Order: sequence, then structure tokens, then C-alpha cells
Amino acid sequence: MDVSQLLVSGLANGCIYGLIALGFVLIYKATEAVNFAQGDMMMLGAFVTLWLTNSDQLGLPFWIAVPLAIAIMGVIGYLLDLIIIRQMFGQSQVAVVILTIAIGFVMRFAAGTIWGHEPQSLETPFAGKDVTFGGVILGLDEVTVIISTVLLTILFYFYFNNTRLGVAMQASSQNQLAAYYMGIPVKRVQSLVWALSGMMATVAGILYAAKGSIDPSAGLLGIKAFAAAVIGGMGSLPGALIGGLIIGIMEPFAAYYIAAGYSQIAPYLLLFLVLVFRPHGILAQVHRKKV
Amino acid sequence: MSLLEVRNVTLKFGGVVAVNDVSFEVEEGEVFALVGPNGAGKSTLFNLISRFYDPVEGEIVFNGENLLKHPPHDIAKLGIARTFQNIELFEQATVLQNLLVGRNRFRKSNLFSELLFLPSVRQAEIENRRAVEDVIDFLDLHAYREKYIAGLPYGVRKVVEMGRALAIQPKLLLLDEPASGLSVEETQDVAFWVEDIKKQMGITVLMVEHDMHLVASVSDRVMALADGKKLALGTPQEVQNHPAVIEAYIGTDDEPAEKVA
Repeated sequence: MDVSQLLVSGLANGCIYGLIALGFVLIYKATEAVNFAQGDMMMLGAFVTLWLTNSDQLGLPFWIAVPLAIAIMGVIGYLLDLIIIRQMFGQSQVAVVILTIAIGFVMRFAAGTIWGHEPQSLETPFAGKDVTFGGVILGLDEVTVIISTVLLTILFYFYFNNTRLGVAMQASSQNQLAAYYMGIPVKRVQSLVWALSGMMATVAGILYAAKGSIDPSAGLLGIKAFAAAVIGGMGSLPGALIGGLIIGIMEPFAAYYIAAGYSQIAPYLLLFLVLVFRPHGILAQVHRKKV
Repeated sequence: MSLLEVRNVTLKFGGVVAVNDVSFEVEEGEVFALVGPNGAGKSTLFNLISRFYDPVEGEIVFNGENLLKHPPHDIAKLGIARTFQNIELFEQATVLQNLLVGRNRFRKSNLFSELLFLPSVRQAEIENRRAVEDVIDFLDLHAYREKYIAGLPYGVRKVVEMGRALAIQPKLLLLDEPASGLSVEETQDVAFWVEDIKKQMGITVLMVEHDMHLVASVSDRVMALADGKKLALGTPQEVQNHPAVIEAYIGTDDEPAEKVA
């Protein structure tokens, strides 16, 4: 296997980890809680898309199903905050974290009940095709994942820096009290953050399912994405993407040069090293207090 | 009609009456100060006006509008800006960005026009930046405009917070202990700015302050509080010489001297 092929497949996986990690960081920054259902939201997003577009299900055209699924998952994310998470206001963060783990379980078994526990594949226009790029044969699905992530990153960059809602999200995450008195409806903005991370999880889920298959336990991938978020520096959006890419690229190389099993261990080994030597992550946002 | 009317407001925390049947009015264009010993209910009163707490009884009317109908995030839109005793800034943002967030209430564009950066959005952005530059000029913050808050000294943060409140272009400015923790020179700057905020910008100021020297030099009227109750209201001179105020600060004559020692 060629090094460039390893790199591309690693990059493609890394993009998906990065997108899920972005969801973790978004919610962490806005509410200071970690949403361990993020991986399951990705799984659910993929299944909703599959339900909308697969020919044995609703059979909608792919490019109609995708925005529809993203919208549906946005609404689910919004309602999750509005109806469930907000009830926990003022409770300890541990309670919120455990609640999200429970929500993840509910999603996993709901998806299993509706769509079955067997792996299924999502019908996409780019499945099973190859492109040749500079003499290297690459899967169209992998190239699609990488290009989509790049475009999404650019969109998010402009969203967070140039739009009122994006700045409001940043402001609410940095200081809720101050945000209130700047005229920002902090609670609504928080629900919108949940909506946004639901939408992002759906994109990650579609890309993940397009590369292989999807089953209800696919959400466990979220744990690896969480490691990516911590490696990148929990609280840093670019850090989440970088952390995801590092883990994604590590995996195929570890499997190729060491042994297959190491690809599963390598990310957590890196997490361990980062926590020991750079506890706030690669792109840390925590400054040491001046005395 | 007064700009701000607080009528018979009461707030209890459990069994403690933090604010007990307090009424006062702030007239347009004046500097009004709240003074009193610690725990008198000054900050609580501030938090009531900025809708952080709901009173158990009473009314608060701002500019003819019933404030109690509005959630805290409407306060800026109505024309009230505030600062905080413990400074609440956006730490991971620059001074300029902090001030620009203050302009939030003037932004009316939607997500799509913003992503495309249409001419209307561009125009509004120029307008907002101009307003923020005026504030930077006024408070002499040039040296710090691109600096992150996380690295700034306490005194500068206090000024930035005041600047952010001014960027809102409020009718009423609530200053919660603007001089606490500042040096003598910095306190003089605050006095000078409050004067200008009143005279040049025509903004009404309501402030909580312990520094009686500052209060006496800038305020038109003062209200003294103790144990959640109004003690006296009048010019700084009148309030400082009011028997009830002297009693609250120093204690009564009939207290045995040994007890103090």
C-alpha cells in the first residue's frame, strides 16, 4: 500500500473524528457540559438520512435527503436542550454528563428498534467509485469526506467570526452574565448550539456511512472523537479538528507499520502523552493565572 | 416623568429581607449614587433593576416601560447598560472585540446577508466600528485595543468594561463600584469620565460606590441604604450629615465605649 493512500484514508477518517469532536467542543464551550451522546447523534443522523434516501425506505433523491436530515437533526438537538438538558440547569456537570450518556443509550436502542441492529449501507452517488489523482487511485468517498470537511470548516470560520449568531455563541460561551447584558438571549443561543452540533453530527454521520456501513453501535466512535477533542485542547474549535486529523492519520500508519491491533491503542496512547505533557491540549485556551 | 422609577420594591432571600420596601426615582441627566455599608442591599437593588432578580413586591418602570415584563437580555435593547463589581468581560477576546459585542443591539442583519457580507451589512459594520472607536478615544484605550482581556491588569479591565457599556449607547448607565480596587489617579479618571458621560453624552448614571469622596464630587443626588431600607435621600452634603446615616456608619453615642475597644 502506498503511503499517500494511507494518508488519504487516515485524513478521511480524521475528518469524521474532527467533525464529531467539533460537536463536543461546541457544547462544552457553550454549556460547560460534555455531551457524550455526540457520537450517537452522528449515528442517528446517518440513520435518518438512510431512512430518507435508501430505495427500500422513502427513496428521496440524495441531495434532498441530506439537507432534510440535517434539518431534522437540528430540530432534535434544539428540543433535546429545550426539553431535557435545561431541566438540569444549576445541577452539577457530572449529572449532566451522565444524563447525556443515558440519552446516547436511548438513541442507540431506538435506532436499533426502528432500523435493526445489522450494519446497513447508505446509498450515495459517490459510493464505490475511484478517482485517480497524480497517479494515485483514491476512493471517491474518501475524497468527498475531505473536501466536505474543508468546505464546512471554511463556512464555520465565517459563521463564528462574521455573523451575529456566531459571535453571540462565542460571547455566551465566554461569559454568560456579560452576554445577557449585551442583549443576547443566552438560553435560546444554547439551544441553538445544541441544534448546530446535531447538524454537524449529521454531516459526520453521512460521511461516515458513505465510507462503509452504519449500525446503531457506530456512536461508540464518539469516544475516540472525545479523545481527539481533548488532544486538541477541549474548548478550542481548530484544536478539535487538528486532534481529529492527528488521530485519523495515526491509525492506518500504526496498523501498517506496527500491527493491526495498535491502530486501536495508538489514539489513547497519544491522549495519555498529551495529558501528561500538555494537560490543556495542543491548542489550549486556558491561560495560567497571573499572580 | 422620571427616567427610572423604583416603587416599593421588596426582595427576600429565604428569611432575609435584602431590600425592604425601597422607592426612589432617577431623573434624566443626573448622576445618582447609592451608598451604604456592606450588605445594605445596594448591589441587590442593582441586580433588581437589571432584571437578574425578580422582586417579591413592587414595580420598576424605565422610560414609561414596565421593566419587570422584560427578561435580562432585553435590558440592553431598552437602553440600560451595566458594569459589574467583579468585572464580567469576554476573557478570550480582544478589547476591540469586547466593545464590538456591545454593539449587538444595533445589528439587525440576518445570517445569510452576514455570510455573504452584503453592502448593508458592510455599512452597518463601518458604523459600529466608528462608534467603538469613539469610545476608545474617549477612554484612551488605544494602547490596548488588540490585546486579549486575559492578559490585562485590573485597572484597564475596569475601564474596558465601562467602555463596553458605553458602546451600547444607553440612556441609563449602571456602574457597580466603578472605583473599587483603583488607585487614586485611576479614581480621578473615573470621576472625570462620569462627569463627561453626563454632560457630553447626556447619559444618566446610577452608581453604587463606597468611595465617598468620588460620590460627593460627581453625584447630583445620593441615597443611603442600610439593612435593605432607605435611610436618606438628597444632595451628597445632606446625606453625609444626616443623623441616620452617621448612626449607620459610626454607631450611636449611647453605645458603651469599652464594647468598641
